[in-house]
Amino acid sequence: MITFKIERFDPDVDREPRFQTYSVADNKEMSVLEALFYILENLDGSLSFRYSCRGAVCGSCAMHINGRNRLACQTLIKTLNSKTITVSPLPHQKIIKDLVVDMDNFFEKYEKIKPYLINHSVEPEKERLQSIKEREKIDEMVNCILCGACYSACTMSALDGKFLGPAALTKAYRFYADSRDTAKKERAEIVDSEHGIFRCHTLFNCSEVCPKKIVPTYSIQKLKGAVAKKRLS
Amino acid sequence: MGVHHQIIVVGSGLSGLRAALEAKKNGLDVAIISRVQPVRSHSIAAQGGINAALGNASEDSTNSHAFDTVKGSDFLADQDAVEVMTQEAPGIVYEMEHWGTPFSRTKDGKIAQRPFGGAAFPRTCYATDITGHALLHTMCERSVYEGIKVYEESLLLSVVRSDNSVCGIITLNIKTGEIESFSADSVIIATGGYGRIYGNSTNAIINTGSGMAFPYMTASVPLKDLEFVQFHPTTLYGTNILMTEGARGEGGYLRNKNGDRFMKNYTPNVMELAPRDIVARSIQTEINEGRGFDNAYVHLDLTHLGREKIAERLPGIRDICIYFAGLDPVEKPIPIQPGQHYSMGGIACNKDCETEVSGLYAAGESACVSVHGGNRLGGNSLLDTIVFGKRAGHYAAIYLKSKPKKDCTTAIDAELKRVKAKVNALENSTGKENPSKIRSELKAMMVTNAGVFRDKAKLEAGVVKIKELKERYKTIHLLSKSKKFNLDLLRNLELEGKLVLAEVILKGALMREESRGSHFRTDFPTRDDAKFLKHTIAYHTEDGPKLEYRDVNISKFTPEARKY
Ligand SMILES: Cc1cc2nc3c(=O)[nH]c(=O)nc-3n(C[C@H](O)[C@H](O)[C@H](O)COP(=O)(O)OP(=O)(O)OC[C@H]3O[C@@H](n4cnc5c(N)ncnc54)[C@H](O)[C@@H]3O)c2cc1C
Ligand code: FES
Repeated sequence: MITFKIERFDPDVDREPRFQTYSVADNKEMSVLEALFYILENLDGSLSFRYSCRGAVCGSCAMHINGRNRLACQTLIKTLNSKTITVSPLPHQKIIKDLVVDMDNFFEKYEKIKPYLINHSVEPEKERLQSIKEREKIDEMVNCILCGACYSACTMSALDGKFLGPAALTKAYRFYADSRDTAKKERAEIVDSEHGIFRCHTLFNCSEVCPKKIVPTYSIQKLKGAVAKKRLS
Repeated sequence: MGVHHQIIVVGSGLSGLRAALEAKKNGLDVAIISRVQPVRSHSIAAQGGINAALGNASEDSTNSHAFDTVKGSDFLADQDAVEVMTQEAPGIVYEMEHWGTPFSRTKDGKIAQRPFGGAAFPRTCYATDITGHALLHTMCERSVYEGIKVYEESLLLSVVRSDNSVCGIITLNIKTGEIESFSADSVIIATGGYGRIYGNSTNAIINTGSGMAFPYMTASVPLKDLEFVQFHPTTLYGTNILMTEGARGEGGYLRNKNGDRFMKNYTPNVMELAPRDIVARSIQTEINEGRGFDNAYVHLDLTHLGREKIAERLPGIRDICIYFAGLDPVEKPIPIQPGQHYSMGGIACNKDCETEVSGLYAAGESACVSVHGGNRLGGNSLLDTIVFGKRAGHYAAIYLKSKPKKDCTTAIDAELKRVKAKVNALENSTGKENPSKIRSELKAMMVTNAGVFRDKAKLEAGVVKIKELKERYKTIHLLSKSKKFNLDLLRNLELEGKLVLAEVILKGALMREESRGSHFRTDFPTRDDAKFLKHTIAYHTEDGPKLEYRDVNISKFTPEARKY
């Protein structure tokens, strides 16, 4: 048997979060998300959590599992090597209910960095050419699934509610580095703000937890370099 | 009467977002209602690519694309719709590129294209093996740019109509638990597939088909061709996570337990690149005849492709294998089995996405236009979502210009009241039945009775089982009374829709006494054009679906035997 200690909180009735314990049969091929469904269907129908793809691509199920932000669907119980599994919502976020947190702040920041390709030149009849080398530059950044694991692990994001945070900044660099984007100056200005890249203290918390093995710190460092260049010129 | 928007799009996958963008471009007030935040939509999971005859990898033509699509469909696709889709394909792909999609590239910087099953040329444009992700992010980015309003985490429960036109919708706000109404001059349904009716599906868990079932039940809009269920040949044994067709496109082999590349016995000319229905049946036959591993799976072997090619073309597949199966496909073959993957059928509509209800449109996987007929070719669905999403937005905008003024207040208020009462009754139900049991019995039954191989006895038994499950559903009890994020309520509302759709699939399959595309009857193993070169149309009644047949649009391509 595996013991699941799950953080429960319904702001309508509870004053503060509490932990509730459930026993789930030891099925090592099971993911944490499947275990949550098992609990929901058999032990406690009042448990709330987010899910969609169950294949580590949609970013719905990021939560804090055994001391670390992870995707519940991607985390197999056997990889945790532990008889007790503690599950809490993503840290530092407002809880809607149980494991479901409010992601509005996260997406507001995403929208702030102008997350779209900007190129005002007349669109060609066919594709804009991009070499394999140029495409490689954004290979890692385009893998981001916006799950918020990095954002919620980031100490600076927790301290400064306005800090753009690792996910939005990675997205900013994804466009900055895209050979087809022509808004480099504009992008550098957005991230060179009071709550922008220089609030990042390179703690690498974000990179450590990314379920897609993206290193937001790399994008942020690259943007710092770009901004320095802009300031000098 | 709640909030009003000129156009409400239900669903924020590729088709919903594209529809909303088109309506917005026409200067209309449009909003999206979605079960999830847009990037969580199922379109994110598409791996292999999107078809368009760009001719970047070899010669190609839209006509060849059209022919392959019609032949792949086993001649059930409507050829006027196929014509539209294939002709618009290059423009749609270029537009996505201009909006920022990070496609993989050829040596000369063009969009790269790979071979897919059933296609005469390498026609599938891709972004490594995260094409859906690349496209959906681009579409979401574009909708941020255009400032599209999204009401996320709301579940459509009812489409309100009065006389023959649409009035609006009723939803469950998942975050607050409130039942809400939205009035609209036009509604576009873009809610994706129903994969989770089946036990072994590649689909997201949220793909329960409620977006098809509820309009069918509440607005009496008919469904089309629901018996055509695509089984993808290569899904990971155990979790059924997809192993993209791109894996075979890049040269992967299928092997049985004796190590044989068994496709040589089925389609020696194209081997692993035969269309999905044929490969799925071949694999299932190997398993059924004892040449699979553990009587359950065969191998997809990529080991000969080498580390570099796998890292470059199929990195996501490699990660999935490592995380979910504990093996590295660079070194070991992947255990795979067929699994439910796609619904060729859906809400009946024409090539302009119009349904029988004025002002109600449908697009994407929840719709049946029909461009996929009896079997969809890989890479044609992402294309379908964007082409017909755009068209739905376009034709809804045109409809709005000439729409007669009408007061819908009474109709919406009455429906809001009815839905509230219904949800209330469910919340307070005191029956003995645990709904989870109904859900899992349904899933298992659909795999056995309406799976890759079907026959009269299995289908009839399935119909009987559905009757039983529907009765038992009436006596369920909810396990939770919480208002916010009540998954128990949400999933049991969805369960009712699942039961209704499953019955349509079973009865349509029972009536169709032939084999065509994905629908294979062992008791009627050949195609019967004389009787069944027809679409199945299902109307909702309290006693189950009322079925009719409707002609297929045949223009350029005369039906012939489908050989590969
Ligand atoms: C694993 C996988 C890989 C695939 N790979 C490919 C590929 O490589 N190439 C290809 O062409 N096709 C592929 N497909 C098929 C293709 O991805 C889908 O058919 C397509 O993405 C469907 O898009 P959609 O916009 O119709 O719906 P979806 O993307 O499924 O979106 C549906 C939307 O509707 C919302 N919704 C659903 N029900 C309700 C409701 N009741 N109320 C409110 N909102 C609701 C959801 O929140 C979601 O936003 C793949 C499919 C799978 C399963
Ligand atoms: S459910 Fe999609 S990432 Fe876990």
